[in-house]
Amino acid sequence: MDSKPRTPKVNRRQFASCAAAAAAGWLLTGCGPRRLKEVSPARLKELLAGMERQYSAKYGKPVTVAGTQAIPGVEFAYALDLSRCIGCRRCVYACVDENNQSRDPQVHWIKVFSMEKSKGVDFTEADPYYQPSEVPEEGHFYVPTACQQCRNPPCTKVCPTGATWTDPDGIVVIDYDWCIGCRYCMAACPYGARHFNWGEPTIPKDQVNPDTHYLGNRPRPKGVVEKCTFCIQRTRAGRYPACVEVCPVGARKFGNLLDPDSEIRYIIEHKRVLVLKQDLNTMPKFFYFYAT
Amino acid sequence: MRSAIAGILILAAWTAAPLGAGQSPAARSPVPPQSAKPPKLPAEERVEVPPPPFTDGIFPCSACHAGMPVNRTRRELTEMHTDIVLTHDAEHRWCLDCHDAANRDQLHLASGEPVSFEQSYVLCGQCHGEKLRDWRAGVHGRRTGDWNGHKRYLLCANCHNPHQPRFKAIEPKPAPKRPAPPGKQPGGQM
Repeated sequence: MDSKPRTPKVNRRQFASCAAAAAAGWLLTGCGPRRLKEVSPARLKELLAGMERQYSAKYGKPVTVAGTQAIPGVEFAYALDLSRCIGCRRCVYACVDENNQSRDPQVHWIKVFSMEKSKGVDFTEADPYYQPSEVPEEGHFYVPTACQQCRNPPCTKVCPTGATWTDPDGIVVIDYDWCIGCRYCMAACPYGARHFNWGEPTIPKDQVNPDTHYLGNRPRPKGVVEKCTFCIQRTRAGRYPACVEVCPVGARKFGNLLDPDSEIRYIIEHKRVLVLKQDLNTMPKFFYFYAT
Repeated sequence: MRSAIAGILILAAWTAAPLGAGQSPAARSPVPPQSAKPPKLPAEERVEVPPPPFTDGIFPCSACHAGMPVNRTRRELTEMHTDIVLTHDAEHRWCLDCHDAANRDQLHLASGEPVSFEQSYVLCGQCHGEKLRDWRAGVHGRRTGDWNGHKRYLLCANCHNPHQPRFKAIEPKPAPKRPAPPGKQPGGQM
């Protein structure tokens, strides 16, 4: 048996200094940068002004960055008429222009799938790369997808830095300054709705939309995840999203779920409505319906 | 033993920070709640309809038709309106079933009641009642403007040619680039 007295590997002094360092570190984390939802109004104003200066200099024209909060009593929802969509992709490019998505490498928040009528809504058979001379093609229908703005979003739960959350009006948002680019959220999203900036995003100066929002279409850096925000910069100012306004067949509908007179409530109450991957219990606020 | 305690302490300090930061957004909202509900306009003020899409110089119809005798026979139009091809239930319909012979600048319903071009949706709704109902609710047709305020509707005829109401096929915008196969430049067409 070993009769030598046990000498501790850490002595009292070392332990005390370690504990003090840990306590100081813990306190210091409280002094660091904060997510948009946590900063004071004064600090937010400073942040936004700084961004405006940075983007205006980069793109050579005045860029505004809004920090508009959710409107109380509003929960946004979207509906898309599958019986009308002709797959023309006008929405895809209106979204790119409105939301300052990178042109190269290409980022598209909206993806339109061509499906065969004989097979129904089946993503294993769907083709997003269809390119006929004219749409709609005989025997096909089209299912545009984007962020489904789930009420039970798997993406926000996996974020290790709390960079993505659901705002009070139901929009799932990302704070690009907090995103570390781990892409856990992309793996968690069952709809493929989140997109990663693999390269430095490029937007031609003359095509930059200068009307931006902190949590929406402000220019993103390389290495962060982005996605549809229901055009937060437009909808929080009372306007329709860009894709709704551009759709040539009027297939896209948008409104306040809490307003009984809204278009969205009319659709849910009177039409055949479905959500994608209902069995996953994500509870999307993006509804598909058949008006005819 | 002591090293284990120190380790646990450091770990606890490490995890405490993100936990504290993950509180609900509502609890920490920096801006006080604004007015209770968004302002709401009365229904009629929330809607705006553009003028009917007449071909240039075609309206008022009475400018030409005022002195002309009324001819109700189905015939090939050779002198004027040769651009109009009727494929809207053509077997059962001819010009004066919708256009009014007595007042050329108006349309009329099946009952004979006159209706202006600005309200042509009432005429369309005689057959397409469920579309008219959806249009009034904001569900059929395109809306622009404000989701909670001033909405711009379109007349049926702004999208559908009344004489050939079915939409024509259009060219789609370019397909997205395919993801790069391993070892190739991104965006290459396969």
